[in-house]
Amino acid sequence: MPSVMLKKNSEGKLIFYIPKKDLEEVAESVQFDTTEKWGGEVVLADGSRYYFDPITPPDFPITLRAKRVDSGE
Amino acid sequence: MAALTREETEALIQEVLEIYPEQAKKDRAKHLAVNDQSLEKSNKCITSNRKSLPGVMTIRGCAYAGSKGVVWGPIKDMIHISHGPVGCGQYSRAGRRNYYVGTTGVNTFGTMNFTSDFQEKDIVFGGDKKLAKIMNEIEGLFPLHKGISIQSECPIGLIGDDIEAVAKKANKELGKPIVPVRCEGFRGVSQSLGHHIANDAIRDWVLENRDGDDSFPTTPYDVAVIGDYNIGGDAWASRTLLEEMGLRVVAQWSGDGTIAEIEKTPKVKLNLIHCYRSMNYIARHMEEKYKIPWLEYNFFGPTKIAESLRRIAAQFDDTIKAGAERVIARYEAEYQAVIDKYKPRLQGKRVMLYIGGLRPRHVIGAYEDLGMEVVGTGYEFGHNDDYDRTIKEMGNATLLYDDVTGYEFEEFVKKVQPDLIGSGIKEKYIFQKMGVPFRQMHSWDYSGPYHGYDGFAIFARDMDMTINNPCWKQVKAPWKTEASSDAVKVAA
Repeated sequence: MPSVMLKKNSEGKLIFYIPKKDLEEVAESVQFDTTEKWGGEVVLADGSRYYFDPITPPDFPITLRAKRVDSGE
Repeated sequence: MAALTREETEALIQEVLEIYPEQAKKDRAKHLAVNDQSLEKSNKCITSNRKSLPGVMTIRGCAYAGSKGVVWGPIKDMIHISHGPVGCGQYSRAGRRNYYVGTTGVNTFGTMNFTSDFQEKDIVFGGDKKLAKIMNEIEGLFPLHKGISIQSECPIGLIGDDIEAVAKKANKELGKPIVPVRCEGFRGVSQSLGHHIANDAIRDWVLENRDGDDSFPTTPYDVAVIGDYNIGGDAWASRTLLEEMGLRVVAQWSGDGTIAEIEKTPKVKLNLIHCYRSMNYIARHMEEKYKIPWLEYNFFGPTKIAESLRRIAAQFDDTIKAGAERVIARYEAEYQAVIDKYKPRLQGKRVMLYIGGLRPRHVIGAYEDLGMEVVGTGYEFGHNDDYDRTIKEMGNATLLYDDVTGYEFEEFVKKVQPDLIGSGIKEKYIFQKMGVPFRQMHSWDYSGPYHGYDGFAIFARDMDMTINNPCWKQVKAPWKTEASSDAVKVAA
């Protein structure tokens, strides 16, 4: 259950950062990304997948807890 | 000597690893790599931020070095108590040349050493009382100090002193910020964790001091310079450029910085990060809490400076953008003259670096501006994200070495035969005795500044006077040179 810091880059893409692992990666897709609901499974550019409990869209940047689904290795 | 190919470099790494026992070989192999620019992520080729192997000669420091020596130490109007035995503070005192303006001992304390000088009885009975007493003494002797930080040395964590409680009590009594920092040297694998702990201490004990206080007049052009420690005057050389382009530098973290500047940083519009490794933590925190964006920049060498100035200006309106162009144009004649003078003397020279923090990648541009080539680089305490940023800066098939051991570094130098090595004081004399020109790149070999256009002129001069120094021809004994042995043969 790593803490993940999420922010939007200048192109509006989600940047995914895990401090403990120095992992900085662009999120390719987010399962729920609408005005009511945000979260679900997030796929990163390196292929690894993380799961966020769906919440109302947060105000980025923000730190959230994620579950690791698949390391993509 | 011509540049090594990928295969040759790989063979070199294998050759160097050969001497290790099996386990050590396996471990060290992960830290040595041949650069491949096509890679996006460094974790495919190199492992970093791992514990050094016992028995090898490492060059790393400790968490206390990262906190007291790097992050907190340069904050000039605070008193930083090295809490524990006397040595840690005394042997690191003023060694980093973080310049500052002020009267030492009156309103600034940068080069002084304050320590609780632990003795056996303090270990046995705890040092909290002594710490409280010291802070009262400090208040009496140096009433103009603006705050105290308590930099823990190893014993504090081992004996379990409650420095936080002492700090809170002293804070009430003195009415000044008192910051306990849990940077005991045994934490983490290198000074890198010390940076993080120091950043967290600033976050927890200082940064929110002025939340809700809007008395500080702000402008739309407020920025903070973060991660510039003013080594030899670096931060000043950077700051003038930013101010010339129309920005207002509110805070310098932490070279020539004050605690008031740090408290005001949450009011700025943009954080500019020079040393990513040591201060990205606080920049990320401010981004999340205060919505202040941050930007990495590089003020080594005219190419990177121009790039950075434009990138910084792009975050602001047209007056700043025009300001950036004006600054670049204004210094063009100056830096072009430097290049014209030194490039012919340095063209094609090959450099190996092994430094810490930001330099293993940031100074590459400055060398390239002088026509030199960096053929090997490595971080003492870098993490994956540092190497991510390095891969693109370095040429293909160049050497990358993480936490390199003394033995490996010497062997690499023997084989690669660079014209210049940039590393620390512990490496300096070994390589000079081997006859290789060397610059101590942690504190610019007692020169500097190297940042900014002014710094580039000094950088170029220093590199020239090191590489082209006639002394290198004298290192080899005259009877050991080929010419003289031929002469001996002829005579015989």
